[in-house]
Amino acid sequence: MNGLLAVATARRVLSQLRHDPRTVALILVVPCVLLTLMRYVFDAQPETFQRVGAATLGIFPFTVMFVVTSVATLRERTTGTLERLLTMPIAKLDLLMGYALAFGLLAALQALLATALTLGPLGLDVRGSTAWVIVVAILDGLLGMALGLFVSAFAATEFQAVQFLPAFVLPQLLLCGLFVARDDMAPVLRWISDVLPLTYAVEAMARVQAGVIDHLFARDVAVIAGASVLALALGAATLRRRTP
Amino acid sequence: MVRGGTVVLPDLSFQLESGTVIGLLGPSGCGKTTLMRAVVGVQIVSGGTVTVLGAPAGTTALRPRVGYVTQAPSVYADLTVRQNLRYFASILGAGNEGIDNVLYDVDLTENADRLVSRLSGGQRTRVSLATALLGAPELLVLDEPTVGLDPVLRHDLWSLFHRLANGGATLLISSHVMDEAAQCDRLLLMREGELLADTTPDELRQRTGMDDLAEAFLKLIQDSAA
Repeated sequence: MNGLLAVATARRVLSQLRHDPRTVALILVVPCVLLTLMRYVFDAQPETFQRVGAATLGIFPFTVMFVVTSVATLRERTTGTLERLLTMPIAKLDLLMGYALAFGLLAALQALLATALTLGPLGLDVRGSTAWVIVVAILDGLLGMALGLFVSAFAATEFQAVQFLPAFVLPQLLLCGLFVARDDMAPVLRWISDVLPLTYAVEAMARVQAGVIDHLFARDVAVIAGASVLALALGAATLRRRTP
Repeated sequence: MVRGGTVVLPDLSFQLESGTVIGLLGPSGCGKTTLMRAVVGVQIVSGGTVTVLGAPAGTTALRPRVGYVTQAPSVYADLTVRQNLRYFASILGAGNEGIDNVLYDVDLTENADRLVSRLSGGQRTRVSLATALLGAPELLVLDEPTVGLDPVLRHDLWSLFHRLANGGATLLISSHVMDEAAQCDRLLLMREGELLADTTPDELRQRTGMDDLAEAFLKLIQDSAA
């Protein structure tokens, strides 16, 4: 591992994004549009917006980074550039950290915009510090990135990679407590939700909103970070220098 | 060696001399790419040993010393030529001067700031080749580097290959065009996963009594089948 190569890789990924301004615009604007939409859908029930608004701030970076990374990594696999990189003197960790840096930066930018809009004009009430909202949102983005990188190994085409969104993300969305409180679910589902990382992303955001930064918040953040590292390690294992 | 469930290169053995251009020739699907992948060390080899520059193929120490260009150009289509080269140069430890040199070598200096996705197929092939030249590798493994190029460019590239060999590099170049065989110092002729001959252009002409190398190769195949 050589930090300089991670930076070089991040710069390369960001240059690729710069040549694709439409994707960047979609990543930054779509969450803001959806949050605004949500605010006025719940126009007559402001308390519902207060409840789901904060959770959504954590879910968007997760979902968007998941899709972007799985497609970007798959592209790297199918165009042969990954195989070429693996014949070169670069450590897998540099490659992964490069991706994490570049997409982490994008996640941070997206989190800043969405948080500014939601806490400002849309009037979401958050008792905890705004900095925590952004930190949790970035961590959620990195978690999505790490999972996207891992699942891209199981997709042979971009069609398949996109299908992993409903397959991997929607179940977590249903079980994370956003739509129905987890205590009201069938016990089996509740247990499953206990081991899904998005659950902790949503709970961490709820704690920031309530302004309770306690040991449970620390546990949530640790679970998100731990799940990201685990997914990255599994993702690294799928980058093989030798193939059949 | 087994690839995709079938035995591809059952029994094959050869050695390469440094500072030469070695042509790997044979019909499509005869195992040229698999053999090259084994030399680079990206192919899982089920038996036998592949030693490259004194070390087992694919080991860490060899990565800066071996350049590999796949048949399909493997560069980033959504970056400019120079951005591609700059990224790979940072990995291979080549400076800006190195980038300008390889751009000149493959005749892409004027296209340096164009996006790879806007280039023609032949130009993309050359970007991929330029990338492999960056670290001045001792062994260059080129999988059909001249496919789809016009005769002038092909001629220029072959001159470049000889310049590199004169500078001490070893080049293993595959092709299924026999008229390129005449340009090689040594020929490895393959058919259906087997090494039919390990020879030189002159030797092949003498052995078969044919002046044209394509006909000589055909004769060799007919003789081996008989």
